[in-house]
Amino acid sequence: MLRSGVALLSGLIFGGGLVLSGMADPAKVTAFLDLAAIPAGGWDPSLALVMAGALAITLPGFALAHRRDKPIFATGFHWPSARDLDARLIIGNVLFGIGWGLAGICPGPALTLLVFNFSSALIFILAMLAGMLVRKITQSK
Amino acid sequence: MDWSSFNPWAALGGGALIGLAALVLLFGLGRFAGVSGIIGGLLQKPDSDTSWRWAFVIGLPSGAFLMAQLLGGFQPHVPDRALIAAGLLVGFGTLMGSGCTSGHGICGLARLSPRSLVAVLLFMGSAMVTVFISRHLIG
Repeated sequence: MLRSGVALLSGLIFGGGLVLSGMADPAKVTAFLDLAAIPAGGWDPSLALVMAGALAITLPGFALAHRRDKPIFATGFHWPSARDLDARLIIGNVLFGIGWGLAGICPGPALTLLVFNFSSALIFILAMLAGMLVRKITQSK
Repeated sequence: MDWSSFNPWAALGGGALIGLAALVLLFGLGRFAGVSGIIGGLLQKPDSDTSWRWAFVIGLPSGAFLMAQLLGGFQPHVPDRALIAAGLLVGFGTLMGSGCTSGHGICGLARLSPRSLVAVLLFMGSAMVTVFISRHLIG
């Protein structure tokens, strides 16, 4: 119950940040990704600052967390252990980028979109879940 | 540059909130706030992590709703095509590549992970090429 409360709080803040920052607007995302608009004067660089704002908080925060033995409401940290720059990392992220560029929607904004454009969000999320299931099924073989 | 839609303080402030959210989940539960990983975890058999994952997934649109109220309205513009193909690629790619914009971009980079740096460069690069092709070559 307590752990769900912490996750709910994190989700609430996260969702608020996605809307305030503009990341929750697919048109703003694709405008940011459109570097060819720079010469024409139509490029909006705002979203580079979203990552800057987030890293200004998480860089020192993660460094502090690394000095702790365990989090507050759980028995240990789940630090990712993978280290290899393998084919899965490379192919997976290239495919993700193609999908992100096609619609301007990544997983977090897909969830926030449920509030603003339910039918489009539902289509995207069901397709995303299908893509995840395909990955999970093909992975185990 | 498109100065009319350039909004640096909202972008920085919103980014800082996303960073804060990641720290709440890290210091609270020891978990990365990677949205694709949290959603992907809900596709397996229910376990002791299922309830907090659902709480996060429900909190995210709720927080978006509250912020839209605070801002006095928010209307995103969604493309009317390619949603299914985009969703399939995002779902498959994020699980294969172990993360998305939040997991690699906000958490992985903060941990100075070389894997996440490569991941961010790859998905940003491939998204930019995709936008170029769809907007300027065939759009």
